Amino acid sequence: MTVEPLGRATRSRYAAVYDPKLRSIFYQSILLAILAWLAFEFALNAKANLQAQNIATGFGFFDNTAGFGVNQSLIAYQESDSYGRVFLVGLLNTLLVSALGIALATVIGFLVGIGRLSGNWLIARLAGGYVELIRNLPLLFQILFWYLAVLGALPPPRAAMSVFDEIFLSNRGIVVPRPLFAEGAGVVLAVLAAGIAATIALCFWARRRQEKTGRQFPVGRTAAGLILGLPLIALAATGFPIGFESPQLRGFNFVGGITMIPEFVALLIALSTYTAAFIAEIVRAGILAVPRGQSEAAYSLGLKPGRSMRLVVIPQAMRVIIPPLTSQFLNLTKNSSLAVGIGYPDLFAVFAGTTLNQTGQAIEILAITMAVYLFISLVTSLLMNWYNARLQLAER
Amino acid sequence: MKSVMCRLAFAAIIALTAQAASAQTLKTVKERGTLICGVSQGLPGFSNPDDKGNWTGLDVDLCRAIAAAIFNDAKKVKFTPLSAKDRFTALQSGEIDVLSRNSTWTSSRDSSLGLNFAAVSYYDGQGFMVRKSLKLNSALELTGASVCTQTGTTTELNLADFFRAHKMKYEVIAFATADETVKAYDGGRCDVFTSDVSQLYAEKLKLTNANDHAILPEVISKEPLGPVVRHGDDQWFDIVKWTHYAMINAEELGVSTKTLDEALKSAKPDVKRLVGTEGNYGEQLGLTKDWVVRIIKQVGNYGETFDRNVGPGSRLGIARGLNNLWNNGGIQYAPPIR
Amino acid sequence: MTQHAAFVRAAMAKPEPPPVASRGVIGWARGNLFNNWLNAALTLLSLFLIWTVVTPLVRFLLVDAVWQGAGRADCLPEKAGDAIGACWPFIGAKFAQLIYGFYPWHLHWRVDLTFALGAMLLVPLMIPRAPFKTLNTILLFGLFPVLAFFLLVGGNFGLEHVETRSWGGLLVTLVVAVTGIVASLPLGILLALGRRSHMPVVRALCVAFIEFWRGVPLITVLFFATYMLPLFLPNSWTIDALLRVLVGVALFSAAYMAEVVRGGLQAIPRGQFEAASALGLGYWKTMGFVVLPQALRLVIPGIVNNFIGLFKDTTLVLIVSIFDLLGQLRAAFADPNWATPSMLFTGFAFAGIVYFLFCFSMSRYSLFIERHLGGGRR
Repeated sequence: MTVEPLGRATRSRYAAVYDPKLRSIFYQSILLAILAWLAFEFALNAKANLQAQNIATGFGFFDNTAGFGVNQSLIAYQESDSYGRVFLVGLLNTLLVSALGIALATVIGFLVGIGRLSGNWLIARLAGGYVELIRNLPLLFQILFWYLAVLGALPPPRAAMSVFDEIFLSNRGIVVPRPLFAEGAGVVLAVLAAGIAATIALCFWARRRQEKTGRQFPVGRTAAGLILGLPLIALAATGFPIGFESPQLRGFNFVGGITMIPEFVALLIALSTYTAAFIAEIVRAGILAVPRGQSEAAYSLGLKPGRSMRLVVIPQAMRVIIPPLTSQFLNLTKNSSLAVGIGYPDLFAVFAGTTLNQTGQAIEILAITMAVYLFISLVTSLLMNWYNARLQLAER
Repeated sequence: MKSVMCRLAFAAIIALTAQAASAQTLKTVKERGTLICGVSQGLPGFSNPDDKGNWTGLDVDLCRAIAAAIFNDAKKVKFTPLSAKDRFTALQSGEIDVLSRNSTWTSSRDSSLGLNFAAVSYYDGQGFMVRKSLKLNSALELTGASVCTQTGTTTELNLADFFRAHKMKYEVIAFATADETVKAYDGGRCDVFTSDVSQLYAEKLKLTNANDHAILPEVISKEPLGPVVRHGDDQWFDIVKWTHYAMINAEELGVSTKTLDEALKSAKPDVKRLVGTEGNYGEQLGLTKDWVVRIIKQVGNYGETFDRNVGPGSRLGIARGLNNLWNNGGIQYAPPIR
Repeated sequence: MTQHAAFVRAAMAKPEPPPVASRGVIGWARGNLFNNWLNAALTLLSLFLIWTVVTPLVRFLLVDAVWQGAGRADCLPEKAGDAIGACWPFIGAKFAQLIYGFYPWHLHWRVDLTFALGAMLLVPLMIPRAPFKTLNTILLFGLFPVLAFFLLVGGNFGLEHVETRSWGGLLVTLVVAVTGIVASLPLGILLALGRRSHMPVVRALCVAFIEFWRGVPLITVLFFATYMLPLFLPNSWTIDALLRVLVGVALFSAAYMAEVVRGGLQAIPRGQFEAASALGLGYWKTMGFVVLPQALRLVIPGIVNNFIGLFKDTTLVLIVSIFDLLGQLRAAFADPNWATPSMLFTGFAFAGIVYFLFCFSMSRYSLFIERHLGGGRR
């Protein structure tokens, strides 16, 4: 035990007020206390209010019968199913529109982004105009526009527009033939899968060989043979077991085939074109971030503009593009909740909309809904971060 | 302590908030000088504002009748338009004195929401509207149809029940508001539009070509609509209930705006009790002796308001049907005033 | 030996102009539009695209449009001719609704006055050379919201009370957007400071708050504000529906604002903090007088972009049945007196132009300020 001079001890007693560590602990405990008090108040109020309005609590409602219909479902669903099933139906619908939207938006976005940098003056202006127009209009406005003004103006089923009498376009949506798998179709599908797997393996092998020996392998032609040719041979060998069920107008609507409801189509178009405008800007910025010397070097090596873009510029631009692209994908997923504005049965519409209305359990349902979106966000960012990390490693 | 904290924190917000009312609704209303009545955001025939913000409708007339009974002035009502979701909260919190907004009387609303349904002002049921060009005669021919409905309502559940019970396939397209639903039906997104029959008639007026549409005969649910008050203020509950019954009784006894003067001179005991020339039944309710006279003079009896707002005399043109008096083949029946 | 040249040029020859094919419009077109077969094909395709989009658009909006009329009949093809154009009388008839909602007619001047006041305070603030910036900022962010509140809500100073339920149209769009930005800026700054704080609890809370709001869609936040918030507050408190939504929007945009401000804070060199500490400034003084003024100036473009996003997001309030411009437009579509085939396109064209003008001018302003600030730094 060290003996401290008396004077210093007294000073430190006063100085305790000025000690940054003590002060920070003091502030933080006050903040925590306020938060705890607020949470306590909220909990008390919520309990009292729920009792007063006679709203049940807990997650028991998941097993109750939903009793209402849903007009698009990827899994079997009927009115007598539970709210838990409704949740799944909605979640799958959200994932469906998000996944397709992300794929479409990426394709359109890259095309437009590269188009903005095109040497062709007209193409560059056109792409620029697209980006400016789409970015400056609210997404919900665009969704409603597509739904009400464009798809709503289509003719009724009886006067549907048709393509070869197989695909029908009406105000009830787009109906396409449904593939029917007879016996032996499994073989064909297996061959197709094998073809795809072989192509992927081939790509790896061809790349490794090129890196080692510099010799190229005609991957494109071989892949076409593997993916298209082999299954065709298999089809012929098994006697064409895959047929198509054509949609037919019977009664009120089309029967048979696969129907894409107009709500889905409108949402998909609006989400993908809207997000594509932002992706285009990201792609443009990414490409501009690659020094000019890189493409000049590629040209001087004799690469044509298309190849130099694909082999030299884009791979480097991707490092700049990936992080903001991730947040655009997340935005698209979150924006898919605007489906509720036009009645597409996504997670938000059927769960936080209808189910909330029928059960009144706002707290549980909104908490679950928010948790799902947070979870999707988290998983998407993890995936994209992993991809990003791989790209960054390539930089030696 | 809680509310003191809040008041400090939300000082600027006070102007926007309403205080919970006490149990003494009549006293509050009298002190305020106006009745605050919750109505729909626009449903022709029941509660609908015109371009100048004047409200008309069956539900509106009931509120005017209550105001007439209290203040002898049917104009002393302020109408608060409410969405389907907000309506009960607004009543519970005391923002409005009475809710007269085509609300269906159900056991759960009566018991668990802390509310009382005072009477049935309109017997309704859920029906279907289709295009005449489809040449349908019955809802049982609707197999495979696309149906537009409003989400989060009992309508949506009744619809599912009906099609399930008859083992018919259908496609449901659910929208968040009534306007969207009607618009989708009008645009051809669906073959059928389902809602309460009264509402079908009202919404029909909003269609581009109202004459191209017909309402199918099937009624698949019971929807008794009526005024709602808060639990726990029996005096106020009685006033709202008896305002409605007074209007029914008046029709039954033949007392209308036109015959009121004769009725005041009438020697019939039940008419005398109604118009207050005998007994003090109005005072027992906390009102005045001539309360019914005020109502009839300024608003009219039930038959008159029905005819004016939803019946043959209105654009809706709904037949009396169930809403006829009990002695005319309907089920509108009021206990006697004595 | 000496050979006499037949001709010796004494002066430089005048340069010939380049061949016709490589100059002027033709040359430019060859170089930029038709330099190879692919580009030529693309050019023709774009020309075709522009032709198919622009011509019908101009025809619809101007040439075939109906400019005068009193109702549906005037815009039907039978009366207006075979080609159906925009039905502008429809917008004319619904104009008041689209701008003011159901705000009482005789009180429209209060809304107009608020708009005018806002514009008068905002415009000089946006012009870099205009004087009195500090006073202007204080007036706009301090006094104007209070004034606007009393003007729009009323109930004091002899002004008639107007319920927020009857507000609508562009008024609501602007109220939500402006409140969102005014409330989210200070909140966002606090959150951004908290995220970089040395106190672990504060930091963790701020990170959790920001990441939570950024991870969920705005519409869930609006539902939270509309359906959940009332459950958490004492029963006697019924908070106005619009106010609930404003709280939700402010919290949501504060989280995004915090990230923008954080970007600015990170760009401030460490030396600035150290210099401030060396001068004996405490935390708040360091931040308020040294760091924030620099950081915020850096992120003005980001803030404006955030504002554009918020402005577009205001349309979402229509899902919780508050009628902004888009909501009023949708309500106007339900009017059978104007139901014509061209009604939908006309309405979307009008609202589209309004939204585009607001967002586009904001994004241009953001670019301008970026260039202006960038020029100053170089």
